[in-house]
Amino acid sequence: MAALSTQPHSHGAVVPVASRAEHFTSYDVDAFEVPGGREEIWRFTPLKRLAGLHSGAAATGSAAVEVNAAAGVTVETVGRDDDRLGKAGVPGDRIAAQAYTSFEQATVVTLPGDAKSEPTTVTVTGAGEGQVAYGHLLVKAAQFAEGTVVVDYRGSGAYAENVEFVVADGAHLQVIAIHDWADDAVHVSQHHVKLGRDASIKHTVVTLGGDAVRITPVVQYAGKGGDADLAGLYFADAGQHQEHRPFIDHSQPNCRSNVVYKGALQGEGAHTVWIGDVLIRAAAEGTETYELNRNLVLTDGARADSVPNLEIETGEIEGAGHASATGRFDDEQLFYLQARGIPEDQARRLVVRGFFQELIAKINVPEVRERLEAAIEAELEAVGA
Amino acid sequence: MATLEIKDLHVSVVSEDAPKEILKGVDLTIKAGETHAIMGPNGSGKSTLSYAIAGHPKYTITSGTVTLDGEDVLEMSVDERARAGLFLAMQYPVEVPGVSMSNFLRTAATAVRGEAPNLRHWVKEVKGAMADLDIDPAFAERSVNEGFSGGEKKRHEILQLGLLQPKVAILDETDSGLDVDALRVVSEGVNRYKASGEVGVMLITHYTRILKYIQPDFVHVFANGRIVESGGRELADQLESEGYVKYTGKSEAAAIS
Ligand SMILES: Nc1ncnc2c1ncn2[C@@H]1O[C@H](COP(=O)(O)OP(=O)(O)O)[C@@H](O)[C@H]1O
Ligand SMILES: [Mg+2]
Repeated sequence: MAALSTQPHSHGAVVPVASRAEHFTSYDVDAFEVPGGREEIWRFTPLKRLAGLHSGAAATGSAAVEVNAAAGVTVETVGRDDDRLGKAGVPGDRIAAQAYTSFEQATVVTLPGDAKSEPTTVTVTGAGEGQVAYGHLLVKAAQFAEGTVVVDYRGSGAYAENVEFVVADGAHLQVIAIHDWADDAVHVSQHHVKLGRDASIKHTVVTLGGDAVRITPVVQYAGKGGDADLAGLYFADAGQHQEHRPFIDHSQPNCRSNVVYKGALQGEGAHTVWIGDVLIRAAAEGTETYELNRNLVLTDGARADSVPNLEIETGEIEGAGHASATGRFDDEQLFYLQARGIPEDQARRLVVRGFFQELIAKINVPEVRERLEAAIEAELEAVGA
Repeated sequence: MATLEIKDLHVSVVSEDAPKEILKGVDLTIKAGETHAIMGPNGSGKSTLSYAIAGHPKYTITSGTVTLDGEDVLEMSVDERARAGLFLAMQYPVEVPGVSMSNFLRTAATAVRGEAPNLRHWVKEVKGAMADLDIDPAFAERSVNEGFSGGEKKRHEILQLGLLQPKVAILDETDSGLDVDALRVVSEGVNRYKASGEVGVMLITHYTRILKYIQPDFVHVFANGRIVESGGRELADQLESEGYVKYTGKSEAAAIS
């Protein structure tokens, strides 16, 4: 029996109101209207809870960025004028543009070319409760580099940023962004991934903490043979808003993308939003893409919105598909485990852990994997599920 | 001496519209050392009986009692029933993605035995039990029942039976969908369980073929939500030749010709 009641979407069943290709982008915050909440890209977001990030709030502090760099990995703190910045993509909404207009210093992490490096951890700590901060992070993987960067978000306050991942030809970058914010935190971030020829990225977003978190990972291909694996794992408790808006822009031939996001929700007012956009442009022949979002609703009062959009402008593709499913806890699974003597609370935990297992198993940094397992355990303890 | 006693059991299924009565007064007592074959046509309520005893939430007991050694089973939660010594090998075992068979078996054994089994002994025990059922050791790392064939699922139900050693086992059409070799392996598993102690077995089946491997002490014909006739082995032989027509009015074979 399936874990979830599925609501499959057939190809092209959900056509976005406006083509993703025409989506407005700009580095300049003033080029965007202040959103009112009815706009397509803002309609799921609780603007009132964003501490003014969308309406021109000035910075009152700054986030602390600490990098624990692996051997061979270089770390720089640079000014706005560094001409390496802003190359991976253009801000796609007013908050990303606000962050780009407002940041004062950027952190640049470079993985050496033609070499394998150990994981590097970037820890970003919010400016503090009631504070507003803007930031910018650029991760560059040089040609034929191979390595992992963990970005770990903690602390309090409102924080908007752009994060760039520039993956040069033939490089393989793994990224794990963990949003483990304090309860008050507000975080709006756009990730810009630029993949060179035959480059790959494994990009994992984990969202656990914060009051409102909205992450928009955008993948662009600069050459043939690019490969993007995007994963997301989120757990929303009472009152939390967690929004993930991955967008894969297939503009080059023979590239691949795979997007899998899974979330669990529990408690009154827990709200998750997943908007998965894939655009296959006319030039992107031989594209292979699949995107999937599954949500497990553990209690009443929680809501998961899930919208996959697939736009195909060429007939010459390898394959394209998407699926979205949101379901209640599966009573049959629970019954089966209990019928073997396993008490209900333990059986529930087994099922939820199992739900996330395929994503957790792929995280090959043991400390991070153990931390996530413990975090899921703690989430389940919290409600006595 | 374990005794499962079912008295005048009436069960309805909770469906969208009005509740529908499926079991219409079942009386049956299974004592340790006895194997009772329950034979009946499709849709007669055999699975409903097994689910109701195990405590599946979809089925409502409207009247009657079920006791295990005098304890009220119907008052217990599903997991309490299992820990009290009841086991249901399901007709359609459930897939649990992301939970490995080995984790599942160990968690279940810990719950039923009341303490975590010694790791070294446990690994040996599971390995041996899997080998006895011709189960490839690789299954231990696969998700519970996920992507298993029908026969593989049934072997794993019997694997659990052997490891959990219940007082009374209900086997719901464990034979259906098995080829000849699998039927033999699975039947041997059930016979090992029977031989291991003073246990009771309720063997639910549509066909007589499994009774060639597992000797029933009693045979009950189940039709339209109740036991309509009880006897010994000879009753199975009669069903083999005549089918269920006498009990249902329509012909349905009990033997595979
Ligand atoms: N969960 C259920 N929902 C609705 N009807 C059910 C359900 N379970 C059983 N029934 C009905 O109850 C009757 C008996 O089913 P079942 O117990 O599965 O019979 P058997 O195992 O003898 O084939 C059938 O008519 C079946 O459709
Ligand atoms: Mg049945």
